[in-house]
Amino acid sequence: MSVEKKSSELYGLMAEFADEASLLAAAEKALAEGFTKTDAFSPVPIHGLAAAVGFPKTHVAAFTLIGGLTGGAFGFGLASWVSAVAYPINFGGRPLMSIPAFIPPTFECTILFAGLATAFGMLFLNGFPHPYHPVFNVERFKLASSEGFFLVIESADPKFQLEGTTSFLKGLNARGVYEVKP
Amino acid sequence: MADTRTAKEIESSYPLLGIGETHGSVSQKITSINLTNGFRPGWVLGLLIAFLFVNVLLGAATYLVFRGVGIWGIDIPVAWGFAIINFVWWIGIGHAGTLISAILLLLRQKWRNSINRFAEAMTIFAVMCAGMFPILHLGRPWLFYWLLPYPSTMGVWPQFRSPLIWDVFAVSTYATMSLVFWYVGLIPDFATLRDKSQSKFGRVAYGIVSLGWRNSAVHWERYEMASLLLAGLCTPLVLSVHSVVSFDFAVAQLPGWHTTIFPPYFVAGAIYSGFAMVLTLMIPVRKFYGLENIVTMRHINNMSKVMLATGLMVAYGYLIEGFTGWYGGDKFDHFMAWNRFTGPYAPAYWSLLTCNIIIPQLLWLRKFRLNVGVVWVISIIVNIGMWLERYIIVVTSLHRDFLPSSWGMYYPTIWDWAVFTGTLGFFMFFIHLFIRFLPIIAISEVRSLVTEAKYGAH
Repeated sequence: MSVEKKSSELYGLMAEFADEASLLAAAEKALAEGFTKTDAFSPVPIHGLAAAVGFPKTHVAAFTLIGGLTGGAFGFGLASWVSAVAYPINFGGRPLMSIPAFIPPTFECTILFAGLATAFGMLFLNGFPHPYHPVFNVERFKLASSEGFFLVIESADPKFQLEGTTSFLKGLNARGVYEVKP
Repeated sequence: MADTRTAKEIESSYPLLGIGETHGSVSQKITSINLTNGFRPGWVLGLLIAFLFVNVLLGAATYLVFRGVGIWGIDIPVAWGFAIINFVWWIGIGHAGTLISAILLLLRQKWRNSINRFAEAMTIFAVMCAGMFPILHLGRPWLFYWLLPYPSTMGVWPQFRSPLIWDVFAVSTYATMSLVFWYVGLIPDFATLRDKSQSKFGRVAYGIVSLGWRNSAVHWERYEMASLLLAGLCTPLVLSVHSVVSFDFAVAQLPGWHTTIFPPYFVAGAIYSGFAMVLTLMIPVRKFYGLENIVTMRHINNMSKVMLATGLMVAYGYLIEGFTGWYGGDKFDHFMAWNRFTGPYAPAYWSLLTCNIIIPQLLWLRKFRLNVGVVWVISIIVNIGMWLERYIIVVTSLHRDFLPSSWGMYYPTIWDWAVFTGTLGFFMFFIHLFIRFLPIIAISEVRSLVTEAKYGAH
């Protein structure tokens, strides 16, 4: 069938909306309609939009926790190993394991590792760097980083049909519906 | 027609964002500084002057490496001169950036959105300037890596019971975290610049650094979470950094240094000087680039209030130092306080009190807070005052310690001044490059203010 053949040549369909509220409403309707492979693009983070495109949980905090625990263990381990094992010196009669003095480096390493894990974890989960993406093929998509609001339904979605999905998107008060080349 | 409103009504009428701004207009306005304004004559002149001082720094540092730290005014008893004063001053200036970007984010102070990028940039450049001083002060700066814990062939390791090694950890963590936080914040704005750039070079360059950011809702969700977590990590970090810097002094036995009030007093002073520097830089920049609708009088007013509050905390620190000198009953502490009030450095001490405590009291009055010229002058006076504070702490404590036979005076040389003014030039040089090539205001966060004005806070 010609529609199916055509749809496999597309990454999906993109609809442009006027503002935050209409994009959020559209994404929620697409979710209710049963679309699963959707994504929304907006120049500002919109509360609830990620949930509306079926995104469950960020998992970024897990990176922070693991990074922080690793950093703390590293910092304390380094300070105690250096001071008590690798290079023990009597420093004004203080014990080799001068735990209070090891707290500042332990603390700093905790923050450092947790921070790096958070930032790189976020980039990793988001799949960055990711220089090419089909959505960039739409000329109007340039506006997503300044004033445009977009919803994409991928052709890989089981419910995707070129004509049906186009008219569904048009029915959501979209300003325009564009085909996204792969 | 004369404005009949009271000053209070005028103050509360200033919005966070000028009337009529939209997502598109703020994006356009901020990116135009980078993309369409080109090289303005004023910018080029500023850059050249700053570059001149970068060369002064290079010259002074080269001569220092060639001749050694003897070219500076430091000697026994004052072995910590300008290098440590400037180190503490610069790193303190950096603190406002982290306070604005992290602590005010956690406190949901939305007005920070318009100034955080600039303040964070200032933090990074200030920490770069700060980091140079201890290394140049080492005497053999090319061996700076001895400070780091690494398995050397000499079998020697750093001393983890020393505040100086804590400093290495604190400052390097602070520099790294500030850079990471800054870069994460820049990613969506790089995408805006990429999409708005008219030149191929701009699209490719900003495209590379934007890492392919495409404003996806899922990405935003993770991004917001990461920003929040980074803010949560930077908040205790910024408090720890100047506390650790103060340990360099407080852990020593010297009267004037050996005091438990130092950590909070240093942190308050750091934020005080940092806000002063943000105002010193931001007031001319907002004027020069016509950003009065984005950095509004509301911001100037709020920053003035923070400056006034932290200034009072610093005043409390000075008061307690004097009180402890008298009430503690230790004759060396008593002498140290008396020597500050009446000794050879008394003019510097009284100037410091005038700059940091007396003049900023003008900010109690609304009409001064709402006058950019007055706020700008006060911010410069506070910068000078905070520099004098570190001068007093370092020099007056060292120059007359326990034994009168070992007393001495400290006189900075031309090389001290060359390195100091050189770092000022270095700082301004990077600020100029930052203004020209990076978005000086967090575009995506100002767009959030637009959304909020439209729908109200959620």
